[in-house]
Amino acid sequence: MQDKKKDFPIFKYNNNLVYLDSAATSQRPQSVIDALKNFYERDNANIHRGIYTLSERATEKYNQARKKVAEFINANENEIILTKNTTESLNLLSYTLHGILPKNKTEIVLTEMEHHSNLVPWQQFAKRNNLKLKFIPITDNYELDYSHAEKIINEKTAFVSMTHVSNVFGTINDIEKIISLSHKKNALVIIDAAQSITHIPIDVKKLDADFLAFSSHKMFGPTGVGILYGKKNLLDKLPPFLFGGGMIENVSYDFSTFIQSPEKFEAGTQNYGEVIALTAAVEYIQNKSLHVISAHEKELLSYAIENLKKIKGIKIYNPGINKSISVLSFTINGGHPHDIAAILNEENIAIRAGHHCCMPLMKKLKIPGTCRVSLSIFNTKEDIDRLITSITKVKTTLQLQ
Amino acid sequence: MNDMYRENILDLYKSPLNKGKLENSTHEFSKNNPLCGDEIAIQLFVKNNIIDDVKFQGNGCAISMAAASMITEKIKNMNLNEVKSLNKDDILEMIKIPLSPVRLKCALLSLDVVKGALENESKSI
Ligand SMILES: Cc1ncc(COP(=O)(O)O)c(C=O)c1O
Repeated sequence: MQDKKKDFPIFKYNNNLVYLDSAATSQRPQSVIDALKNFYERDNANIHRGIYTLSERATEKYNQARKKVAEFINANENEIILTKNTTESLNLLSYTLHGILPKNKTEIVLTEMEHHSNLVPWQQFAKRNNLKLKFIPITDNYELDYSHAEKIINEKTAFVSMTHVSNVFGTINDIEKIISLSHKKNALVIIDAAQSITHIPIDVKKLDADFLAFSSHKMFGPTGVGILYGKKNLLDKLPPFLFGGGMIENVSYDFSTFIQSPEKFEAGTQNYGEVIALTAAVEYIQNKSLHVISAHEKELLSYAIENLKKIKGIKIYNPGINKSISVLSFTINGGHPHDIAAILNEENIAIRAGHHCCMPLMKKLKIPGTCRVSLSIFNTKEDIDRLITSITKVKTTLQLQ
Repeated sequence: MNDMYRENILDLYKSPLNKGKLENSTHEFSKNNPLCGDEIAIQLFVKNNIIDDVKFQGNGCAISMAAASMITEKIKNMNLNEVKSLNKDDILEMIKIPLSPVRLKCALLSLDVVKGALENESKSI
């Protein structure tokens, strides 16, 4: 794969930067930055409001962006709700879902590897609605324990909410299996696709997921935009989440009626400029092809694991190259992740260190945190070589064996 | 030589001072840095308005561990009003290394815990 760093201006302004934190947020290609700038320079007006040409043009572009996202995951456009981020998408569900759950359902199933965004909202939901949380445990190989899942997903399960790919280990979870298991028990399934969306092709129809959430900023798009996919028949049954302008049909002083989904869930002025620029991000991924992107990342991940393994005192948290994608965690005996990341930073290498918004998981692993390396289309073997060389320097600086 | 990881910081990281648990303490408190999840717990034994003894527990980065050693060492035999008036600059002066805003939080965690411990008791009286 030729050098894709040229597509990303960040590397022009930050000489020698090795960016290994795409799981936290992507870098943005020039085309996305241009789309954002062009929109504000040429087409800006509030959407759904004006009768004038400019507003109509902005509205049209906004609708096209929704269509583009829908096409990307094989959904219908009226099944795509635009939010602020994955977290808001999941919160939207956590504030609206209770009304459509059968009364005999008393449990929610999550996994032990959820990001706080897909854990904390459900803790609150469980408290408000008097439901019990159950967790699919992880195995010693950083995968889900599917035999345990088969036991805890049962007639009592109202829904399962789980991540497609672990943001700590890179583990690809078998969501097809969990979805089919859950549907047999008449339980809904919510998929957190924040970490998979730029690495694995997603077809919501084939998957048969009931809801699926992800963030624009992790897929080369602007910040401030999240996506919530929901099956049309389910979205129609959910009540609105936020109330105000843009989502009403008819308002009197003491009573209002609401429009259909998805607009029913999009109260107030949306991040329309950023939504519109998301179109360019989806196009960027489509032009490069997800298969090509993920094959490249897989090669690099394999190269990274192979070389990290050779370093004495290192422990790698990853289920293996065929069961994971683009992310791995590691620790070094005697070194705190923060110190390791701080020293790597002096070498211009950006990695993430800490609990990665998975505090209970770290507690379970009995570690304060990990160092996390995550890859994207622009990373190269040289990036990994720089990482490996610099880890040797980390060990010298921290006087580790 | 690396600026942040000077010999004295690494020494305190590897062999911290005042690490352990104080039985019969008069004050105790713990707090974590939500950014990294590191937690520090501190017990104080206060007599006649003076810190007679202090111990801390916790796992953290080199900066937070070294700072915890330094601050516990500094407050021993100090009177409570003096301890309460310690601030960020005092810590920076002790630790003598340049710190980014993020790492500053690591350095300041133990001071926060000491202050929390002192408040904790006054509340419970
Ligand atoms: C698996 C997973 N879920 C949810 C989120 C939250 O995404 P956002 O911060 O965009 O809401 C993240 C981001 O780190 C993530 O990795």
